[in-house]
Amino acid sequence: MSREGVSLRISLFITCYNDTLFPSTGQAVVRVLERLGHTVDFPAGQTCCGQMHVNTGYWDEALPLVPRFVEQFRDSEAVVVPSSSCVAHMREHYPAMARQLEATGKHPGLAAAVESLLPRVYEFSELLTKRLGVTDLQSLFPHRVTYHASCHGLRVLQLGDGPRSLLECVRGIDLVPLPGLEQCCGFGGTFAIKNPDVSTAMLDEKLEAVLSTNAEIVTACDNSCLMHIHGGLHRRGVPVRTMHIAEILAGDEDSTR
Amino acid sequence: MSGPKSALSQPKLDPRTAPAFPKAAHNLLRDAQLRKNVHHATSVIQNKRARVVSELPDWEQLRVAGQRIREHTMAHLDAYLEQFEQNCTRAGGIVHWARNAEEARQIVVHLAQQAIQENAQPAPEILKIKSMTTEEIGLNGALEAAGIRPYETDLAELIIQLGHDKPSHIVVPALHKNRQQIHEIFRREMNLPNLGSSPEDLADAARLFLREKFLRVATAISGANFLIAETGGVCIVESEGNGRMCLTLPRTLITVAGIDKVIPRFRDLEVFLQLLPRSATGERMNPYNSIWTGVYENDGPRSFHVVLMDNARTSVLADSEGRQTLNCIRCGACQNICPVYRETGGHAYGSVYAGPIGAILTPQLQQMEHARSLPYASSLCGACYEVCPVRINIPEILVHLRHRVVQHDSKGFGALRPEPIAMKVMSRIFQSESRFRAAQRLARNADRPLARKDKTGKPWIHWLPGMLGGWTQSRDLQALPDQTFREWWEQRNRAEAKTNTSAGGTNGG
Amino acid sequence: MAADARSEILSAIRSANRGATDLTHAELDYAEIPRDYTRHAGLSRDETIALLTERLVDYNAHVFPCGADQLPSAIREALQQHGASHVLIPGDFPRNLLPDGVDVTSDTNLAPAELDRFDAAVTLCTLAVAETGTLVLQGLAGQGRRAATLVPDLHVCVLRVEDIVNTVPEAFDRLASTARRPLTFVSGPSATADIEMTRIKGVHGPRQLYILLVQSLI
Repeated sequence: MSREGVSLRISLFITCYNDTLFPSTGQAVVRVLERLGHTVDFPAGQTCCGQMHVNTGYWDEALPLVPRFVEQFRDSEAVVVPSSSCVAHMREHYPAMARQLEATGKHPGLAAAVESLLPRVYEFSELLTKRLGVTDLQSLFPHRVTYHASCHGLRVLQLGDGPRSLLECVRGIDLVPLPGLEQCCGFGGTFAIKNPDVSTAMLDEKLEAVLSTNAEIVTACDNSCLMHIHGGLHRRGVPVRTMHIAEILAGDEDSTR
Repeated sequence: MSGPKSALSQPKLDPRTAPAFPKAAHNLLRDAQLRKNVHHATSVIQNKRARVVSELPDWEQLRVAGQRIREHTMAHLDAYLEQFEQNCTRAGGIVHWARNAEEARQIVVHLAQQAIQENAQPAPEILKIKSMTTEEIGLNGALEAAGIRPYETDLAELIIQLGHDKPSHIVVPALHKNRQQIHEIFRREMNLPNLGSSPEDLADAARLFLREKFLRVATAISGANFLIAETGGVCIVESEGNGRMCLTLPRTLITVAGIDKVIPRFRDLEVFLQLLPRSATGERMNPYNSIWTGVYENDGPRSFHVVLMDNARTSVLADSEGRQTLNCIRCGACQNICPVYRETGGHAYGSVYAGPIGAILTPQLQQMEHARSLPYASSLCGACYEVCPVRINIPEILVHLRHRVVQHDSKGFGALRPEPIAMKVMSRIFQSESRFRAAQRLARNADRPLARKDKTGKPWIHWLPGMLGGWTQSRDLQALPDQTFREWWEQRNRAEAKTNTSAGGTNGG
Repeated sequence: MAADARSEILSAIRSANRGATDLTHAELDYAEIPRDYTRHAGLSRDETIALLTERLVDYNAHVFPCGADQLPSAIREALQQHGASHVLIPGDFPRNLLPDGVDVTSDTNLAPAELDRFDAAVTLCTLAVAETGTLVLQGLAGQGRRAATLVPDLHVCVLRVEDIVNTVPEAFDRLASTARRPLTFVSGPSATADIEMTRIKGVHGPRQLYILLVQSLI
């Protein structure tokens, strides 16, 4: 139930990389929201928000994705996105992109549509804490877990203590603070392949911090960071796993990797 | 460059010849001592800054005021520069204008030669206070070419000069050196075989070495932290006292300043003298600030020149998204917090301006060709924006500059390189549900041959071709799952529909 | 030509800003700048003095409160502690504040090398900022030239309690009418952080700073 005790219809924007690489995260989001008594729908035409293009300098190639997103979600009561970097990109860039498109004459009303839609778009943890007003999901996850604060969630979305307060309510969890949790893991999108050496050096510091906690699992609000961290741990032969926060809150051990 | 040793011994800080960031970083990352020095220094200063900033409940309001004062100044820069010139001249200073680095060098060298002659100096030498602006224009090289010997008087710049090195940080230029390295340089270059190695010993050595020069050399060159339009005054912010020495003991003072150093009024320093020391060195106030207006009778230099330099600042001003770069007050807080800078140090940026501010300032001051790798030398984590005392949205400028790089590189045959083609293809894929689904299936099939099962039986990829190889250099990648989310969703819907149909109930969704 | 550079630069600025501006316009926009930062700290006199003292001591400066009539002996004490025998004073330093039997010389625009012969300088100052532990000198009566408080290794500075302000904005309020004077802000002895980021004392400038805190001057 939402804060007002109402059942919402929540549209899921899974994001291109979660859809393809981390379907278990989307499944966990559905499970959590349905458990809370809400209905989830999935507009089938969704693809990608355009973050990778814009952040790599390909602004023009990302423009067509804005009206597409609006078209898919314009009537949604609330949109949930299990990726803070995608939401950050939309909040920071969609208004300007929409204005630019509208100025061509081919997208009348797009800027207003974006302005109306964006306040209804939430990153997953902020949907729970800010829109639905819940922190205790009555989840069960008896493992030692440490939380990494993804940069976009931390600084652009200002998630603050939201994700941690959700984790703290999980039954049986042994939540260990991560030293330097606010320091970037080094993924940075295409940065990871354009500057692999520096990306790896930054990852090394993050992995050292992770290992110092003796956690079994590292969690975050972004699978992009987790993919990078897990990839490094796996290459080192360390059995520590990563899980998106939704999967921990869904209390589902079967989906761990 | 053949290996880490040669890469380090002559760092190239000229963006026209410096190696691109990934290559420079690759070499520097192999220097474990450098990384340790930089880790230590940046950690210390990050903590100091955090502590003194947390003391001020009005820090955010100061940042906003700082940002707005700087933006206001840039929007009225012509009026303020004229006002500064008028007031400075009225007070006995002489103001010069330089369009670019070449002109600035010529003017300064000429003024220095003139001063050395007027002051009847026995040797052609001048004293210098640390100035990134003079580094930017390569002033020392021009002075030396004209037969004038410049003595750097900042401890860090002294270390750099004696060590035949280059600065790696705008506030603490020798941050990449540790005590032992400094000790070695002083022992050798100051000819002090019995020199102790405590920081106090090193500071004492520098004090004696430089003192005799302060008392003797009659011409000095400085930069400026702020130029005050309302009064025609100049403000210098420093720690060691060498600034005060150079500003008051010599007979001639030449100040070189970018036109972006102007602030409107004297009282605006009440904002910047709170923002700058706390951001730069993590102190409530740095040891010495000097503010002077023109020339005084019986106090300080008798002859004072200011060289106002453009050097592409007006073209930065003309870029509506890039112009906030000019808000910068050169505190270095962005460098101290940057997780990329922390790993590579400053020389990797191939410019006197390094770290986040370097990544946005250098490409805008230089032609894009020379510095095109710098906007990509960032993971866009945003820590720099959080600490910038004048609220420069560095990540947004980086994204904007990346767009400019792409536009520049995609002209003509540039559009046929693999990256722009891949980006265009992906854009087309994302514009259609069916193309996207097809691409997902294709990727899933394509990675099969690359996947190997690990000990737990899960398939992982250890090698990727081409551009993607950067990933597998140090990380594994999980093989694509057998089912995408949307395939699972559709399957679940079909299963539910079947259940509902067989139960005869309505579809509850 | 110099004139060309000036007009080209101004012209480039105007083009970048899409128009020329003038100070009248600037003034209107300047007044709109939000200044919601703290101007006053609301501390009592005693709290202010205590804060200044704490901040100065944090910088390794020495602080001695004394009554006005104790000043000469406090100055003598400070000089003796440092072993200073050749003392420099500004030409207009109040003689009645000086202790007897100390070798003082008036700064009659001495050359730098001559200044170096002195162990100490004794001066007044304009004001101090408690929050940051800062002294401000402006070359006003009894304060001396900038070089005088720079070259000798000890600076003894007389500060009146009524001249202590709490915040940097308050300091600038007081300094506004003398903004064109040669200003020096001194926050502790000279220091550097260039060696492994440890703040160490004494590169150039006085390595010892003694502040004599008086209620008022006779």
